[in-house]
Amino acid sequence: MSLYDLLIQPFADYAFMRRALVGCLALAVGCGPVGVLLMLRRMSLMADAMSHAILPGAAVGFLWAGLSVPAMSLGGFAAGLLVALAAGGVARLTPLREDASFAAFYLISLAAGVLLVSARGNNVDLLHVLFGTILAVDDVSLIEMAGVASFSLVGLAVLYRPLVVECFDPGFLRSVGGGGSLAHYGFLVLVVVNLVAGFQALGTLMAVGLMMLPAAAARFWVRGLWALAALASTLALVSGYLGLLLSYHGSLPSGPSIVLTAGGVYAVSVLVGPCGGLRSRYFPGRHRAA
Amino acid sequence: MADIIRLHGVTFGYERHPAVHHLSGAVRTGSLTAVVGPNGAGKSTLLKGIMGLARPLEGRVELVGLKPAEVAYLPQQAEIDRGFPISVLDTVLLGHWRTIGTFGAVTAPLLARGRAALESVGLGDFERRAIASLSVGQFQRVLFARMLVQDARLILLDEPFSAIDDRTTVDLLRLVCHWHGEGRTVMVVSHDFDQVRAHFPEALLLAREPVAWGAAAEVLSPANLARARAMSEAWDEHAGRCHRGAAA
Repeated sequence: MSLYDLLIQPFADYAFMRRALVGCLALAVGCGPVGVLLMLRRMSLMADAMSHAILPGAAVGFLWAGLSVPAMSLGGFAAGLLVALAAGGVARLTPLREDASFAAFYLISLAAGVLLVSARGNNVDLLHVLFGTILAVDDVSLIEMAGVASFSLVGLAVLYRPLVVECFDPGFLRSVGGGGSLAHYGFLVLVVVNLVAGFQALGTLMAVGLMMLPAAAARFWVRGLWALAALASTLALVSGYLGLLLSYHGSLPSGPSIVLTAGGVYAVSVLVGPCGGLRSRYFPGRHRAA
Repeated sequence: MADIIRLHGVTFGYERHPAVHHLSGAVRTGSLTAVVGPNGAGKSTLLKGIMGLARPLEGRVELVGLKPAEVAYLPQQAEIDRGFPISVLDTVLLGHWRTIGTFGAVTAPLLARGRAALESVGLGDFERRAIASLSVGQFQRVLFARMLVQDARLILLDEPFSAIDDRTTVDLLRLVCHWHGEGRTVMVVSHDFDQVRAHFPEALLLAREPVAWGAAAEVLSPANLARARAMSEAWDEHAGRCHRGAAA
């Protein structure tokens, strides 16, 4: 098998592979910076919880309109936002910490979502919702993913300063009246729309994979905020590309292949990344003079 | 001199337990006051209350002719994410927030003021460094530079010298005295009685209840300190309602 056969031919031959690749590109652009900010705000697990919370909304859309992208996306968006607000509200108004309150809400949502899908769909539908089908991405989904990527970048640009300051020094932002909670809720909206976009491709169980794994991997290579975001997007795209190839050549499901590839990138980063990777810890080289 | 803060029988607290109980008095414009007292005496809560970050359970805080933009507040370090990827200069420039807000540009004069502030805390060469690479003392200098940039009339510092070495403390204390000399009003939470006696004209001794407020030397008398210690130990989980009026 030539290199061309290995790396390019699947995309040259099949439109569904090209669509999937474009889908991965769109996801990577939005998910990179959002994932980095989630990581810096210590909300990684919260994002995971929110991605599960999308399920019942998507299920309601599915029950109402069948496998329709706009209906399921709209439902998922509404459910994700509702759970984010409700869980955030419980955390703010009661002594329950945010992680516990998110866990409670996402478990309820996940169970409700699975029940709703099973009520009318079959197991294939359930698998589709849980694990996504990036190889069946159509024009409508592609436009949605690209729209979400554009919206995310513009949204992040608008929220950038308060978002960063709220993450770095929330007390200061409060003391200068900087509207931190507005930025926080705006950011939650961005997270949810990105999860909804990822849900098409990777399903509710792994939508967060292209968001958190590349961001966490990037942390081991670079330090600056913009460098982190750019690298996370790049790693997400590379994971998407390699994952699709893995899935094509190995006849494996595409979603898990992509997320596993991203996982591989993460594992390599943990081992050899220069910024705090294990190699720099155990084999740091000769120390500097000053 | 005129008052800048007036406290009218103010009570702050958590879950209806008072942390600062029926405090009345005034802070004069241009005064330099140390807020002292045992742990849990309500010192931090008082500063938060003045900032409007804690709501009074009773009574009120009156800021006299002071806009929110003219108050700067340095909380204890715990809330800041020291590992965040942000540069020293960017951190200092945040002091311009009231001017630049969410969208405003940092113009050349604002940038110059940020650099000058870094220079005056002795970190002129550090502007491109990430804050994660700074020591605790250097980071405290950065936060003081940010306050310099804020150019506030009222400055509230919550234990700014804890866990800081002597030289940094001396430098930063000099800055505090400089602010006092410029006519700014400064309140500092401190545990170091010798430092308070040496550098602060006035002191407020809190033990949830106000114990004494006035000239530092008189406030920090052995009798007052003993009284503060005794009062701070009187915590009752199931205390009944307080029936004192706000004016008490």
